[in-house]
Amino acid sequence: MVPSYVPLSYYLLLSGFLFACGVVGFLIKRNIITIFMSIELMLNGVNLSFVAFAAHWHALAGQVFVFFVMVVAAAEAAVGLAIIIAVYRTRETLNVDQVNLLKL
Amino acid sequence: MSFHLILFLAFGAVCVGGAVNLLAQRHPINSALSLIAVMAALAGEYLLLGAEFVAAVQVIVYAGAIMVLFVFVIMLLNAGEEEETKGSRVAILLGVPGVLTGSVLVAWVVLRHSGTESVAIGALPGHPADIAQLLFHDFLLPFEVTSVLILIAIMGAVVLASKPEATARKVD
Repeated sequence: MVPSYVPLSYYLLLSGFLFACGVVGFLIKRNIITIFMSIELMLNGVNLSFVAFAAHWHALAGQVFVFFVMVVAAAEAAVGLAIIIAVYRTRETLNVDQVNLLKL
Repeated sequence: MSFHLILFLAFGAVCVGGAVNLLAQRHPINSALSLIAVMAALAGEYLLLGAEFVAAVQVIVYAGAIMVLFVFVIMLLNAGEEEETKGSRVAILLGVPGVLTGSVLVAWVVLRHSGTESVAIGALPGHPADIAQLLFHDFLLPFEVTSVLILIAIMGAVVLASKPEATARKVD
């Protein structure tokens, strides 16, 4: 196979950009589902740097870590969306500005 | 310009466009669809890095299962356009220059300190057999703990999403 090269820094910049977009979405979005999707975007950005470093250092463990991140993300999505359904059932809104009390 | 770099830039453009679109859209279903585009493009990036199995799992688990869950909940709750928020002027005055300065600084440091090093594409074939060797030997304990985590997540999701009166009846 003819090796061709893309600098590691390009992957890290893309990963950092995705993470930053996730942080910005987490802060500026008001819909609770979109906030949740921003968290997924952050996890994806981290996964990209895991795989890029795994390729860079020839360490396959980096790819195994990605699987663990995916599993945690899946569990988090299942529980988080169940919480969103429970919140919507009691408050009738998805706007986080109106969900400012733990007590009903 | 090598072919891999062109592919990297193409997939990266889809990633960046999707992430910005996720922020720009006001309706959650549009944000969800752009997030699916980001995840599919990330699978392409993983293929470029020689991680075939990770790319496949990314498409199946992330773009498939998790995003279907999101879209399902959006449709179940009939989520509409999100309301306009009153933006804080201090946040815009301080935040935008701060973010720009920070991102330029990070980009400069990353490009300066790792600009000469390169990722050899295809040098690390992410064969499922090699990954399984790691997963079931070196990372066996985390793997087993993960199964407990998933079990707890399943039970938590069922309990949280079930109707309150149904739960109350079970408790009685």
